[in-house]
Amino acid sequence: MLPQELSTLAGELRVSILEMITGAQSGHPGGSLSAIDVLTVLWFQEMRGVDPDNLRPERDRFILSKGHAVPALYAILAKKGFIPAEELKTLRRLGSRLQGHPDRVRLPIVEASTGSLGQGLSVAQGLALGLRLQGLASRVYCMIGDGESQEGQIWEAALSAPKFRLSNLCVIQDNNQGQIDGFTKDVMPLEPIPDKWRSFGWHVIEINGHDIPQITAAFAEARRLQESGNDKPVFILAQTVKGKGVSFMEGKIEWHGAAPKKEEALRAVDEVLRGGRKS
Amino acid sequence: MSKATRQAFGEALAKLGAEHPDIVVLDADLAKSTKSELFAKIFPERFFEMGIAEANMIGTAAGFAFAGKIPFACSFGCFITGRYDTIRLSVVYSQANVRLVGTHAGVGIGDDGHSQMGIEDVALMRALPTMGVFQPMDARETELVMEYLVTQWKGPAYLRLTRQNLPDLYPAGEPFRPGKLLRVWSPEGPAKPEIVCVASGATVAEAVEAARELENTGIQMEVWNAHCLKPFDVEGMRQIARGAKAVFSVEDHSVIGGLGAAVCEALAAQASHAPVIRLGIQDLFGESGDPKELYELHGISSGAIALRAREIIKR
Repeated sequence: MLPQELSTLAGELRVSILEMITGAQSGHPGGSLSAIDVLTVLWFQEMRGVDPDNLRPERDRFILSKGHAVPALYAILAKKGFIPAEELKTLRRLGSRLQGHPDRVRLPIVEASTGSLGQGLSVAQGLALGLRLQGLASRVYCMIGDGESQEGQIWEAALSAPKFRLSNLCVIQDNNQGQIDGFTKDVMPLEPIPDKWRSFGWHVIEINGHDIPQITAAFAEARRLQESGNDKPVFILAQTVKGKGVSFMEGKIEWHGAAPKKEEALRAVDEVLRGGRKS
Repeated sequence: MSKATRQAFGEALAKLGAEHPDIVVLDADLAKSTKSELFAKIFPERFFEMGIAEANMIGTAAGFAFAGKIPFACSFGCFITGRYDTIRLSVVYSQANVRLVGTHAGVGIGDDGHSQMGIEDVALMRALPTMGVFQPMDARETELVMEYLVTQWKGPAYLRLTRQNLPDLYPAGEPFRPGKLLRVWSPEGPAKPEIVCVASGATVAEAVEAARELENTGIQMEVWNAHCLKPFDVEGMRQIARGAKAVFSVEDHSVIGGLGAAVCEALAAQASHAPVIRLGIQDLFGESGDPKELYELHGISSGAIALRAREIIKR
């Protein structure tokens, strides 16, 4: 897909995220909107074999370790045809497959149940090891949050994936710099992030997580490294903005886990449809 | 013969590894102690040393399961259950086909003291929906449970094993009935035994020894083995308790949430049943010492069980 097409698609998915969370009057818009550009490129351009009518064992896998951003994933799954668009209205409702956080038993395509932060990367590692043991060339992608990497288990996995030479594993950190209690720099500083991962043995790529060509290039580089026999796992540091695309949400901590009211949602959707220009 | 159930586990794992190429084994720097090294030596390409990082080991095991493997993740029971949040979400809620193996069960490990003792692991594992909890009483039963866990059990399971040697108790030729209580000692005579005693793991041998001793003093105690603490054999428990003057549960584990709790839960809805005497760790910490002394201290040695039985029957 052309960068412009991916960008337009990401805009549509932003609208879907906003409508879903507004409908449920519950959910996490900030981290869903910061992640959606990276996820759009990943699901509509990079990942292979993610076809709802033909899911084969050799497909690529994705685990959303920052599970609270799951509206972004549900929007993608609906667009891809894994779930009917109508079902998005059931987000967080009793009996829905669209739980508040990813649930692999109800909705297997989410690959791992997440939502207690810090866990998805270990699961992605096991999946990457298991698929490699099966002789499959599948790649495993895992998105973590920056706040999430305050969890110790992230660093246990950061230590072990290079040991196992998991070049089929690619981690993307959605670096939106915010978490529930404030900015990550105030809650628990994480810098220097690239140096930390590099020193653990990862191949690190830094990008603007809202720049479609940069995202595309980063994923291509990660795949090329695996195909050329490099044995390092890849860590993509995607610099993002919480609430990206909606001016009154951008960079605002209070939109981490708050649903917009009807009028706010209308304004937000209008802004997104007009390409992010401030109204 | 006598053997630690961890040793029997390692041997069974090595044997099953040859027949089942999907088995993978993970350990967190305790392979020599959990005996997973017996598998590692034969199948190094299917053994994953995760270092001293149990949460990452358990999460990785879940990922292996999602790739179609049968992972065994091994450590001491207290260190496995110490990573409860990862077990709860990545393994159990995800319905990952993972076998968590916790060795060094209870105060029976002796010298190392409380920090290495799995004393509340059964309680924690039983509280997780769908989690299977298994504890074999000897080497033979360990083989049988392992075979069952590899060939039949689907979903998450916890296997609890001992550091110390346990005598052979499994009746020769006895078919394995998964999840069912098994009678391992019946007193002489036609009468209904006064005491029905249920034990699991290391305490089964203690209970049998106590029953032998009691027989000499004219007290009849039947001993049943529970290799499966969840799903617990509720129907079986209700049947065997019928007509007894007292029901005993004996475990090298906290009486809160373990075998004693499972027995009480099974009998609680009955209109009337015998009093249940729960022998085990009475909401206390473990400590360093000789395993035999610790069993005396906590009232789960054969002598302590027999003494308690005489107090209850007043003879």
